[in-house]
Amino acid sequence: MAARLSLIALAILLALVPLFAVSSLTFLAIVYAKSLAVLGIILLLQAGQVSFGHGMFFATGAYTAAFLGRAMGGGGDLALLLVASVGTSLVLGLIVGLFVVRYRYIFFGMLNLAFSMVLYSILEKFFHLTGGSDGLRIRRPTLFGFGFDRGQFDLLLYYVMLVLALAGAYLVWRYLKSPLGQALKAIKTNETRLEYIGLSARSVLLVGYVISAVLCGIGGAGLGLIQGIATPEYTYWTRSSEFVFIAILGGVGHVAGALTGTFVYEAIRTYAAAFVADSWQLILGFVLLAIILKAPTGIVGVFETIAQRRAAARATPANALESANLESMK
Amino acid sequence: MSLDTLILAVSDGVAYASLVFLVAVGLTFIFGVLGVLNIAHGSFYALGAYMAVSIGLGLVKMGFSPWLTFPALFVAAILVGAVLGGLMEKLLLQRIYDKEHVLQILVTFAVFMMLENIQRLIWGVQPYFMSEPLQLLGNVSLVGINYTAYQTLFLPLLALAVLLGLRFFLRHTNAGAQIMAVTEDREAARAIGIDAQRVYFLTFIVGATLAALGGAVAAPTTSLIPGMGAEMIVLSFAVAATAGLGQIEGAAVAALMIGLGRSLAVYIAPEFEVLVPYILMVLVLIVRPSGLFGATAVRKI
Repeated sequence: MAARLSLIALAILLALVPLFAVSSLTFLAIVYAKSLAVLGIILLLQAGQVSFGHGMFFATGAYTAAFLGRAMGGGGDLALLLVASVGTSLVLGLIVGLFVVRYRYIFFGMLNLAFSMVLYSILEKFFHLTGGSDGLRIRRPTLFGFGFDRGQFDLLLYYVMLVLALAGAYLVWRYLKSPLGQALKAIKTNETRLEYIGLSARSVLLVGYVISAVLCGIGGAGLGLIQGIATPEYTYWTRSSEFVFIAILGGVGHVAGALTGTFVYEAIRTYAAAFVADSWQLILGFVLLAIILKAPTGIVGVFETIAQRRAAARATPANALESANLESMK
Repeated sequence: MSLDTLILAVSDGVAYASLVFLVAVGLTFIFGVLGVLNIAHGSFYALGAYMAVSIGLGLVKMGFSPWLTFPALFVAAILVGAVLGGLMEKLLLQRIYDKEHVLQILVTFAVFMMLENIQRLIWGVQPYFMSEPLQLLGNVSLVGINYTAYQTLFLPLLALAVLLGLRFFLRHTNAGAQIMAVTEDREAARAIGIDAQRVYFLTFIVGATLAALGGAVAAPTTSLIPGMGAEMIVLSFAVAATAGLGQIEGAAVAALMIGLGRSLAVYIAPEFEVLVPYILMVLVLIVRPSGLFGATAVRKI
């Protein structure tokens, strides 16, 4: 209950941000957009699978917004652009998903990577259609016929992305608690038993895969709208690996890891990356190794462990002593 | 398409296939024995190339004969493979053999991110090129078409030598027999006194050296740019997956298939050049999910 209350308080706080910190609106909107993609990665990690190619759905979302906006003239309608990017990423997720859910672990990860590289080279080579490596511009869209100036649009986008990020996290949380979500987790623990109770592991994973693709698609459309451009870099391997990194950083055990991880990551990147721009990937790789080997539950996991230990200490001091002894013995 | 362009395309394809084979066979060999697919494999390829160019050009600059660039290729490969590969296996991989698959994947991926960055820190982003070995061997004439001897003779012969050498090593030497034993059944191999850790260590170094060698001998035929490692890991995975992971001879066939397909595309539909390997891979995997030569048991040498 306390956790739920603090989450609601956090949501209200985030909704009030425009009142006191206008300058950080764009930064936070980017965090929300990326957290949707990270959510997709976390969802797949529940099944024990890691994808190094989800940038392809991110790019799909962004290019959908760019193409449709251009076709409709004047930037198109925001709601329509987002719905369309859900549609395209869903279709691509289904096509690629039908193929990759036959594989697990390294094949799953590498096939996703291969598909995203294919999309990257298509976007780069067919420049008469896609603008090549310069990408496509995304003009500021209208919403239900209303036009906005720059400041208003930033505010609008902030709330749209906030609602989408929170709704995404909530829906994924509900999904993971549902029977279908439990079946997804069973792919990681014991796929054979899952098949024994009559469920097709492939269909279960396909549903999860399509959802994660759609989440990435919305995130990509969001980031494209915020930055006003869609480039092939959206599906480059560094982008996909960024999502995986953030998911591991935030913690894969909980949907809250997506937003927490993205916020921490983006904050560090925005304020510290300028000093270490040359060795950014090196640092990321090193931190990733440290997390995997030392704290595999990520930020949210560390907080959970601390909270649990405190609760245990309050309940039975003797037990706490025992666990403290165990800790020191390690 | 005239006969001339066909011959050109085939020579191109065979040369390219030889390079990809060297890298892919290292990848598939390591996977066959260790059960780990090393994503940093592409970085070994790139670092081998950069190291070869640095050593080779350094020697030429110091006034040594340009023929020394040939041994420099091999020295660079062994240096990168033994030092970096050895360090990676000893410091990282040994800790994770018993861990979850997803963690193993993430560890090698983290190393890949770090090595890509280190490579950029050392050699920067400007392209490197070393044409000495290419020029020294001159041209050969194939049915009236002139093509470099380096690409028509040296690279395919090297690939063939590696293929036969690896076969001989695994089937007819003591160390090879130990590797086969550990691959077949690690516990049983240890029970009869084989040091599995040492076998893993040696296997990883051999595999990493093959990747670096692929990069080193590729250096004279292409200009070195950042991102070549990322491209190569996906491509060599495509080759290994098309063949069936762990299949050494199969990797040679798949490399030839993908190399020829790609070079034909260059002359027929250049936009599709990069796509052809993946289209071939997907087509093969749709029909045969574990690759052309992959049997039901995936872990096989």
